[in-house]
Amino acid sequence: MSALHTHTLSQLAEGLRRKSFSSVELVGELLARIEKSQPLLNAFISVTAEEALAAARAADRTLAAGDGGALTGVPIAHKDIFCTEGVRTTCGSRMLDNFVSPYDATVVAKLKRAGAVMLGKTNMDEFAMGSSNENSFYGPVRNPWNPQLVPGGSSGGSAAAVAARLVAGATATDTGGSIRQPAALCGITGMKPTYGRVSRYGMVAFASSLDQGGTLTASAADAALMLREMAGFDPRDSTSVETPVPDYVAALAEPIAGLRVGLLAEFFDKGLDPDNERCVREALKVFESLGAQVTQASLPNLPLSVPVYYVVAPAECSSNLARYDGVRFGHRCENPRDLNDLYRRSRGEGFGAEVKRRVMTGTYVLSAGYYDAYYLKAQRVRALINEDFARAFNGVDVLIGPTTPTPAFPIGAKTSDPITMYLNDIYTIGANLAGLPAISVPCGFVQGLPVGLQIVGPHFSEARVLSAAHAFQRVTDWHTRIPVGYA
Amino acid sequence: MALTREQLATIATLARLELTPSEIPVYQESLSRILEFVGALERADTANVTPMAHPLPGLTQRLRADVVTEVDCHERYQLNAPLTAAGLYLVPKVIE
Repeated sequence: MSALHTHTLSQLAEGLRRKSFSSVELVGELLARIEKSQPLLNAFISVTAEEALAAARAADRTLAAGDGGALTGVPIAHKDIFCTEGVRTTCGSRMLDNFVSPYDATVVAKLKRAGAVMLGKTNMDEFAMGSSNENSFYGPVRNPWNPQLVPGGSSGGSAAAVAARLVAGATATDTGGSIRQPAALCGITGMKPTYGRVSRYGMVAFASSLDQGGTLTASAADAALMLREMAGFDPRDSTSVETPVPDYVAALAEPIAGLRVGLLAEFFDKGLDPDNERCVREALKVFESLGAQVTQASLPNLPLSVPVYYVVAPAECSSNLARYDGVRFGHRCENPRDLNDLYRRSRGEGFGAEVKRRVMTGTYVLSAGYYDAYYLKAQRVRALINEDFARAFNGVDVLIGPTTPTPAFPIGAKTSDPITMYLNDIYTIGANLAGLPAISVPCGFVQGLPVGLQIVGPHFSEARVLSAAHAFQRVTDWHTRIPVGYA
Repeated sequence: MALTREQLATIATLARLELTPSEIPVYQESLSRILEFVGALERADTANVTPMAHPLPGLTQRLRADVVTEVDCHERYQLNAPLTAAGLYLVPKVIE
């Protein structure tokens, strides 16, 4: 009965079905862990203890009757970017500090239907803009492996919560690496599905051609279980794709012998920490030992992915965030002189520094006289990067490389220069620009800090990406390591 | 390219963002750096390349039957509004 927190999502679902423990016990234990960790890690913005216990009691009744879904009674957390009916949804921003969502995001509704119990809403960079979780109105999240370090971002709260075993699975979103980068820095598994695979309805919009919901869990097997329940067509999201969802859990058993793995040459650049590189190359040997055929692959335009991203994402952000006007919901300034003053001061007060920076960058690149030179140009280079990926996938089944250039860095180390911070996502942005599924799995440690390995597949190849990650995790134990103090 | 103080003020006006005097030079500097950084795109040969607006090529905007699918929830939605009256959102007077 002890140490339920170290169970995987799959083990918890199974244990609940067998009635080895109750959902109420499990939820109680994890709520206590969250409460204890909160002053240091700050992984949560809202903890919904009462609602969670009520849902756990209902789940136990369902289980007692022999009913239930794939996740009945299993505790999870939602990144505070997903709308949750009747529960505050802040997106890490002062702008939405008082916003109580009137409806559930499709992802939230689907996980609820599968029986999952929400423990709370996790901390994040404001409007998902950041790679360190230092841009939250609610303060930074700390890395459970070392509280002086960042957990990565923007899904830093979800990543820290799973790494510290406060919860076995959490939702997250990835616009330029916001699932995979914190997964790598926190030593857990982060899965970003194909664009259009998971509904964006009720997921606060940042950059709509890049945003995609996904999972943070300890293992690829858990990611498969959670994603199977989250994915699928949603008529409420006009970019949701009408492709059937395969049984990702069943597909995990697929052998990887003969899998053609492309080693991404552009990822082994001068920015890559030599120790990170060593871990990734060791991981490749594991794939070879499992029968995978490793070849070299090249995406010549990939080095331009960060500049493309920092035109496209701010442009879409400036348009999406125009809705925060102080009129219908969100922060409103005191005593506005006129309508323009109402807009300007509500937005100036409600948004944090990085959000303002991106809104203004986007405004500039979309403005008359600059649209062609920046925005259209970036969209053209995006097409070149997309073609690079398509060409590479003619010869290989998956592409492999590091998730990040370095392990976790100290809080405050990169806040003074936005470009240094942006370059953290140099290996992850490509998959967003091309809309590809990609996973980060732990593949080693450098001076006690986890290192992530990234596996990218063609559109809608989640099953293959997950089975490749699972095959790796069956013969390695990096993903089972728990930070000192949280085991 | 370096942005002038006036250019930055124009961007802030277009973006409807009130900046404090101390914020202006900070954004002037960082936006200039970002524009210089993304200037690397200039060197890419994109002749005859169609701009890509969406990551799933070939996907067209879906249409649905022209029937009412949503119910009226304005009262619930307006619970989040800063100021309403008689079902309307209130703003400062626009026309004298």
